[in-house]
Amino acid sequence: MKYLAVGIGGIIGSLLRYFVSYIHFGLPNELLPLDTLFVNLLGSYLLGLLTGLYSRFPNIPSYIQISIGTGLIGSFTTFSTFSNEIVQLMLHHHYLQVFVYYIGSFIGGLAMSWLGILNGSGRTWKKVNAK
Amino acid sequence: MTVIYVAIGGFLGAIARYSVSRFIHLDHSRFPTPTFLVNIIGSFFLGLIIGTALPNGMNLFLGIGFLGSFTTYSTFMVENVKMILENKWKNMMIYTSLSYMIGIAFAFGGLMLGLSLGK
Repeated sequence: MKYLAVGIGGIIGSLLRYFVSYIHFGLPNELLPLDTLFVNLLGSYLLGLLTGLYSRFPNIPSYIQISIGTGLIGSFTTFSTFSNEIVQLMLHHHYLQVFVYYIGSFIGGLAMSWLGILNGSGRTWKKVNAK
Repeated sequence: MTVIYVAIGGFLGAIARYSVSRFIHLDHSRFPTPTFLVNIIGSFFLGLIIGTALPNGMNLFLGIGFLGSFTTYSTFMVENVKMILENKWKNMMIYTSLSYMIGIAFAFGGLMLGLSLGK
């Protein structure tokens, strides 16, 4: 049953990611993969938000975490596309873009997750976590 | 029709990722091994798929659907922020640098292998 919940979340997450890849954010993908950056940053925020909400409301049923957190948001974001896009940018000698894409994904992702956890937990994360 | 390929791949990829996290019992707070493993393995196979230039349907099913869903960025980021909040800076640095370096190296290795197989 848990596997099915993860799988259905995975269908929705991967389809949403596929649809986002059709949105052109004004830059060709060979230059900077803004669609992947977008799903990864948005997903990092949303998973942070869910994690924060769990620390504030521990009674939220665990199948929400499994279907939405692990299934949907986990599948919406992707690491394999990110790493392969970095390789492609490097092979095309777009080193500035490699730098921008990497920093945007790394620092941006951390910031978005942190913001999500903060928003979700109502800034009580450390208190909740310390008990 | 293309949507069906992505959906089936996404379904299986998410279940595969969840299975890995259920079958590896290590101290995830020190080093989140399941996420690390799915991300580097998925990076390798996506490189392989890109290199071998599969037909479009297989690309959508395996690349965008299965591997896109099998690997995850959001979990990776949240795990890192948790480490920071718990003052485990050293673990966080090790986790991020290994994930990025090995993930990118594996993507490159997969691509090279795929290109040589495709010839």
